[in-house]
Amino acid sequence: MMEAVAVPPFERFYVEHRDGVFAFLVRRLGRDRAEDAFQETFLRALRSYGSLKHASNLRSWVFTIAARVAVDDYRRRRPEPLDGDPVTEDSRPAYAELEHLADGLPPKERVAVVLRYGYDLEYAEIATALGSSEEAARQAASSGVRRLRRKGVQL
Amino acid sequence: MNVSEDLDRRFRELAAVEGTLDVAYDFVDTPLGSLLVAQTERGLCQIGFDPEPERDLDPLARLFGSKVLRVPKALDEPKRELDEYFAGSRTEFELPVDVVFDSFRLRVMDELARVPYGSVTTYGALAAKAGNPRAARAVGMFMNRNPIPIVLPCHRVVGASGSLVGYGGGLERKERLLQLEGASLTLPV
Repeated sequence: MMEAVAVPPFERFYVEHRDGVFAFLVRRLGRDRAEDAFQETFLRALRSYGSLKHASNLRSWVFTIAARVAVDDYRRRRPEPLDGDPVTEDSRPAYAELEHLADGLPPKERVAVVLRYGYDLEYAEIATALGSSEEAARQAASSGVRRLRRKGVQL
Repeated sequence: MNVSEDLDRRFRELAAVEGTLDVAYDFVDTPLGSLLVAQTERGLCQIGFDPEPERDLDPLARLFGSKVLRVPKALDEPKRELDEYFAGSRTEFELPVDVVFDSFRLRVMDELARVPYGSVTTYGALAAKAGNPRAARAVGMFMNRNPIPIVLPCHRVVGASGSLVGYGGGLERKERLLQLEGASLTLPV
């Protein structure tokens, strides 16, 4: 059983992760768009911060939010589909589905799987989010995927 | 790549404007040294001497919620009133406060808030006004645990003999506050 770690005051969480998250977003979106995405990431984090039950893996948590913000940014900037485009049956984005399916995984594997297969991130970027090496990120993702496949999830 | 000072400031201000913070705080330089000044959405909730963020933020988070963030701009009003007080141009604070006390302590703190600028009272007199003349010792403890010293003027409460007795921020500070207010330690009979 993982020991519950008390959630630190938001100030401490923010100061600890702001530079890492910003670097990650600059890499994903470029310098100009990273600033808005940075604010959006920490505002989203702030909105759900009060309902966090424990502080294990706050780093993964905030990077998952950042990845989602980056995807939203990308989707917003894509041109609207033209009339007559075939409508897909399920418009739910892949990452939302995957975040749900990956819920039962150990935290590092969960983040690695979601970022790799839901958001299409490079292992180097996932390594930034996990605070680990690229190799460790690759291993976490593949071990998470094996675990999901054993549960019958198709990836 | 590090977050620029400007981006950092903009995020903090945006977070305060959104209204989801439990506590916004900042540090204020005063003649008594740096003070931690913290407020909730409802008002001023804490003033602390000799601030140390590593030590001070956790109790704030426990009392008011974990969404505690330093937002200098959000504290402009309390900082202005404190500046004016220390400059001698303000004798009463007009800040909304967010402090919660129960029964007797509430009566004591209400009476404390009525002790005028530049005058002093005693622990016993305050206890009597709050309805329990024998509770001077309890009153001393309430003063010691005053969450918003200076604004709730516990420095204006002294011993029956006129001695300063004690102060959460140290006796020297109590003396300086009374000097600033031009208080004489001659007690009303």
